[in-house]
Amino acid sequence: MAALSTPEVSTGELVLSLRGIDKNFGAVQALTGIDLDIYSGEVVALVGDNGAGKSTLVKILAGVHPQDGGTITSDDKRVSINNPADSNNLGIATVYQDLALCDNLDVVANLFLGHELGRGTINEVEMEKRSWSLLRQLSARIPSVRIPVASLSGGQRQTVAIARSLIGEPRIVILDEPTAALGVAQTAEVLNLIERLRERGLGVVLISHNMADVQAVADRIVVLRLGRNNGEFKVADVTYEDIIAAITGASDNAVTRRAQARVDAAGAPAATAGSRPDDTALPEEDRP
Amino acid sequence: MTTPTSTPTPSNPDGPPPTETVRLAAVAADLQDERLIQPHGLGGTVRAFGKRVRSGDIGSLPVVIGLIVIWVAFSLLNPNFLSSTNLVNLTLQCAAVGTISIGIVLVLLLGEIDLSVGSVSGLSAAILAVSFVNLGWPLPVSLLASLLAGVVVGLLYGFLYTRFGVPSFVITLAGLLGFLGLQLWVLGSTGSINLPFDSWIVQFAQQWFLPDWLSYVLVVLTVLAYAGQLFLTANRRAAAGLSAVPATSIVVRSVFLLLVLGVPTWYLNQTRGVGAMFLLFLILVVVMNFFLTRTRWGRSVYAVGGNVEAARRSGINVTRIYVTVFVLCSTFAALGGILAAGRLAAANQGSGGGDTNLNAIAAAVIGGASLFGGRGSAFSALLGILVIQSISSGLTLLNLDSSIRYMITGAVLLLAVIVDSLSRRTRVSHGRA
Repeated sequence: MAALSTPEVSTGELVLSLRGIDKNFGAVQALTGIDLDIYSGEVVALVGDNGAGKSTLVKILAGVHPQDGGTITSDDKRVSINNPADSNNLGIATVYQDLALCDNLDVVANLFLGHELGRGTINEVEMEKRSWSLLRQLSARIPSVRIPVASLSGGQRQTVAIARSLIGEPRIVILDEPTAALGVAQTAEVLNLIERLRERGLGVVLISHNMADVQAVADRIVVLRLGRNNGEFKVADVTYEDIIAAITGASDNAVTRRAQARVDAAGAPAATAGSRPDDTALPEEDRP
Repeated sequence: MTTPTSTPTPSNPDGPPPTETVRLAAVAADLQDERLIQPHGLGGTVRAFGKRVRSGDIGSLPVVIGLIVIWVAFSLLNPNFLSSTNLVNLTLQCAAVGTISIGIVLVLLLGEIDLSVGSVSGLSAAILAVSFVNLGWPLPVSLLASLLAGVVVGLLYGFLYTRFGVPSFVITLAGLLGFLGLQLWVLGSTGSINLPFDSWIVQFAQQWFLPDWLSYVLVVLTVLAYAGQLFLTANRRAAAGLSAVPATSIVVRSVFLLLVLGVPTWYLNQTRGVGAMFLLFLILVVVMNFFLTRTRWGRSVYAVGGNVEAARRSGINVTRIYVTVFVLCSTFAALGGILAAGRLAAANQGSGGGDTNLNAIAAAVIGGASLFGGRGSAFSALLGILVIQSISSGLTLLNLDSSIRYMITGAVLLLAVIVDSLSRRTRVSHGRA
């Protein structure tokens, strides 16, 4: 419950690695051979069209559905995530799109819901103190923590939901469409917040349909298309058009196949289909 | 305190000329946002209160005003209404149904309902009378058996609700009929069983009153405990760098509480005084309020009532909360049945029947427990039952027929629900839902 502790995680360390994840719902193969690496101190954006399998992948990480095939590795150990508790124990915190806040309770009560401090009786003073400390660390602009969550704006509610995920000292925070329902200024606030999570050394998985947000805040973009990996980019050297092409599948044409053939001929490790030769060709250990 | 960069202290009145950091540090951690409207002084507190009321966060204000209106109206119609004798009777009438109403507040907090509390209270009265009088069990064993019946009923409701997801409305409607039948079956052919007058349960409910000195000692102790707890909290908040209630405000509140408790106690002491049964009811309300506001269980109850999915995702054992609340509700109903039987010195086929059920539910709603879940407090039961019994007592004094009594109580209930819905709508439009 050390919501105040300064981040100790060094950045750039591989915290969670997914390999060949399969998932099917009846006759529908929702995910096929998905690979995903999550590094500390890095924001990885998971993008894709509707039905690409983003939410399914998140649910596997959050322990809502177990995967059907593939391996999950955490700190070089194979792990399985069968329920939400397993996910929590691995240090994964998920902020769902609907936020799951109790409107009738105040900010402090929502932040510590299910993890109240104090023995026997609730220690409100300590909880309020830590709430302020946590919100200050996130530079969150919430006027009072003793007002019901219902009276906060959409961005502030999102802030509370994100801050709540940090109470359990997670290593990975998964944000499902955090800016979907927000205005311009509030979106900017949430993006600032995501950057602060990265500064704290957390691995952040950002799911979004908004390419502007993704390009503004993400370090790496993983594209899913029809349940498969369809490219992995570094934001620094990719254009909007490239991402859209990977999302929609427009990059799967003669030109890209020819570029791929040249990379393969050069002997470099094979990049994921659809990616450009000069971005993700880095070997695993050279990653930041 | 000596160095400007030391830990923030809430007040630093005569320090060096304030730099920016000192100025910030001098403001409590929770009052630094410049958008926060801060009340200054007593006038500011009053204005802040008025603002809160206008935005629909009315709390128990309507019921207190309602109670004053009712009392003024009835005392104008019949001066005997506000006599000490009548008010002592009023408190005794409150205890049994009020106890049942505490349980109703709990289920309402979850956004559920228990329609069978009347039948369960009748069943427990029947079990008490039959086991104690007909079977000759020792009184404590009979009381325990009656309470246990409530526990079992609550467990059954909790199981049905959490296992099959049947709406509580339907489960408890079935319970209303089923346990009424069980009550009649337990009573058997006799139909009515008198409890012996010298048994202590009857004495407790009818004859036991606090000695004057003891009632005043209790009032003073309560006020001291209240003030002490406020002072402790204020000190701890100040130590943590948060805004704290000023000492003058604590004194004002404590004096107010002293008047609210002391004056009625003095008035009741003019005749028989404070009944032991009423005191038990007050203690139950205070204890329940403590559990609801200060423990994880209470916080979980409000969370489940506010957003059950959020509560589940944050790791609260939702099933356990539902089961404990249904068990508590039925057990409070059983206890209410015991108190009613003690006061009547009998259990009969009509025990827990008539308007017991609806009075208990109406009291909780009139007292401010929202039907939509997540809002209300244990004190809702106390305030609500005072309103209901005041109306009932006043109309009886006016020699009005029970037909009129029912209609007026119904109208008051309707008014309370309208106030609840209106304040909910105002809260939504003021962002306080």
